[in-house]
Amino acid sequence: MTAALQDSPPAGTAPPVRSRRVSRTVVSGGERVSRGWMVAATAVVAVASLYFLAPVLWLVIASTKSASDLFSTPGFALADWHLWENVRDLSTYDGGIFWRWALNSVVYSVVGSVLTTLLCAATGYALAVYRFRGRALLIGIVLGSLLVPGTVLAQPTYVLLVNLGLNNTYWGLLLPGLSYPFGVLLAWIFAQNAIPTELLEAARLDGSGEFRTFAGIGLRLMSSGLVTILLFAFLGSWNNYLLPLLVLTDAELMPLTVGLTGWNQASITIPSLQILTVVGSLVSVVPIAIVFLALQRFWRAGLSAGSVRG
Amino acid sequence: MAVQTPPSAVRRRVLGGGRWIPYAFVTPFVLVFLTFMLAPIVIALVNGLYSSQSSGLGFGGAETVFVGLRNYTRAFADADFLVSFGRVALYGLVQVPVMMVIAAVMALLFDSALVRARRFFQFAVFLPYAVPGVIAALLWGFFYQPSVSPLVQGLRAIDIDTDLLAPGTVLWSVANVSIWSNAGINMIILFSALQSLPRDTFEAARLDGAGELRIALNLKLPMIAPAVLLTTLSTVIGTLQLFNEPQVLQSITPNISSDWTPNMAIYAVSTLGRDPHLGSAMAVILGLVTLVVSLVLVRFTNSSSRGGAR
Repeated sequence: MTAALQDSPPAGTAPPVRSRRVSRTVVSGGERVSRGWMVAATAVVAVASLYFLAPVLWLVIASTKSASDLFSTPGFALADWHLWENVRDLSTYDGGIFWRWALNSVVYSVVGSVLTTLLCAATGYALAVYRFRGRALLIGIVLGSLLVPGTVLAQPTYVLLVNLGLNNTYWGLLLPGLSYPFGVLLAWIFAQNAIPTELLEAARLDGSGEFRTFAGIGLRLMSSGLVTILLFAFLGSWNNYLLPLLVLTDAELMPLTVGLTGWNQASITIPSLQILTVVGSLVSVVPIAIVFLALQRFWRAGLSAGSVRG
Repeated sequence: MAVQTPPSAVRRRVLGGGRWIPYAFVTPFVLVFLTFMLAPIVIALVNGLYSSQSSGLGFGGAETVFVGLRNYTRAFADADFLVSFGRVALYGLVQVPVMMVIAAVMALLFDSALVRARRFFQFAVFLPYAVPGVIAALLWGFFYQPSVSPLVQGLRAIDIDTDLLAPGTVLWSVANVSIWSNAGINMIILFSALQSLPRDTFEAARLDGAGELRIALNLKLPMIAPAVLLTTLSTVIGTLQLFNEPQVLQSITPNISSDWTPNMAIYAVSTLGRDPHLGSAMAVILGLVTLVVSLVLVRFTNSSSRGGAR
């Protein structure tokens, strides 16, 4: 363990004191481990956690400060409670444009991820369930396109959207996100593992049509895997930055990422925007963090299924 | 993997006359794939061979003329563009190993049964992944600006003057943001792989007198090599695509130029530079470099894991 401990530089501070081997052992997770190592390991992890949590903690504390306290009080100390005033200012600035951005982000992410997941599910299901001409080609395309880095496509996609007259529209940002080969790969793996042949045969014998079988049996059996695809597609479009930056010029259409970074840039000349950027960041992080952490069980299972076979 | 092998030999053909049914399932995906993945690639290749030249007085509208590889020679003659590749290479050489070591050490510790309050600490390490990359950059931006930064202020209190945005430092400040954002997801992937390993192997090694450290480094780590390769590969690809973090931090420091990374150069040329043709050529170059790097990496790891097999 010593090397592992020393290799862990996250916060660069206080490598735990090498504890003497204590004869007493404790049982943890069904395995017998020495108490000294347990304290040491937990200390390393705790120090690392500090590094990962500190910026988020700062964001929460900073959001409760007034614009002037943000600069004049120590970062991690609470000052006068100003959170609600900040949220009010956030909501009224520039005619409430912040909530417009939030709504846009929700629309892009929810509509986009639901449609993406459906496309991936249908394609993955067909790859797993049917043998048809062109199937091998399709699989080759899906695997091959995993090597194409998404952001490299942003610039030519922008050129394409300009030619189609879709730049600076909702569709211009929604449609390109629907192409998600990694999601197809995951859906294919899930469908292979989760849908027993016998069940489909039985459904056919009962006279169920192919599409009804897919909607009634396929989607339901694949559901825990589909949650993973849904979450990653959602996160992908919630975090999207380069494409909207290129495609959208109208502030009314922008998602949170573009809007908030715009404020951050403008705060050099308009200092009052700094605290609004801080509060806006907090407001944009909280819902997604809650959703993501609440659904851990699903995407964790999905991830391990994906990485074992993928 | 084990019990329920997908019965691929018994997979079914469509009964009756519905030969078109599989195509109905895959058509939506194929359409968006062709439009937003294949078409942009073709557009980038074609667009890069043309150039728009304003005729005479500039008011007569620009006309598009075929220029062969001239955009490519311009790109390769652009010293700043070439330097941006060197910059992300240097960045990757440090950022990728540091993050992978953090992720692997954390995953091994969490897997070792040594850590108390495991769920809480895992939550802490993973939380940053739920913060959009752009917001993470905004957040760390506040930590780097001396006027608000609790970090700089804290160090000043103990008489250390630091400028985290200085020319030589800013690269590592950017690296810190992406380590903070992405270490958690890589830790989770490696941890899931570790959890799926058979426990009795380690029990046998323990009975043979192997210490936990030796078990971790000599047994567990080689066994999760595929997951390590997967995460390393996607991190390397992400490094070459670096855009969000430096683009956001650019607004608070003059030490990040508008063509600091290849993707930033593509963006700057396509928007500010008003030369989407040159931008397309640059995107093709970046795409090819990424492809070559990932193929070399896959090749290299394949041969070394075969050679070094125990």
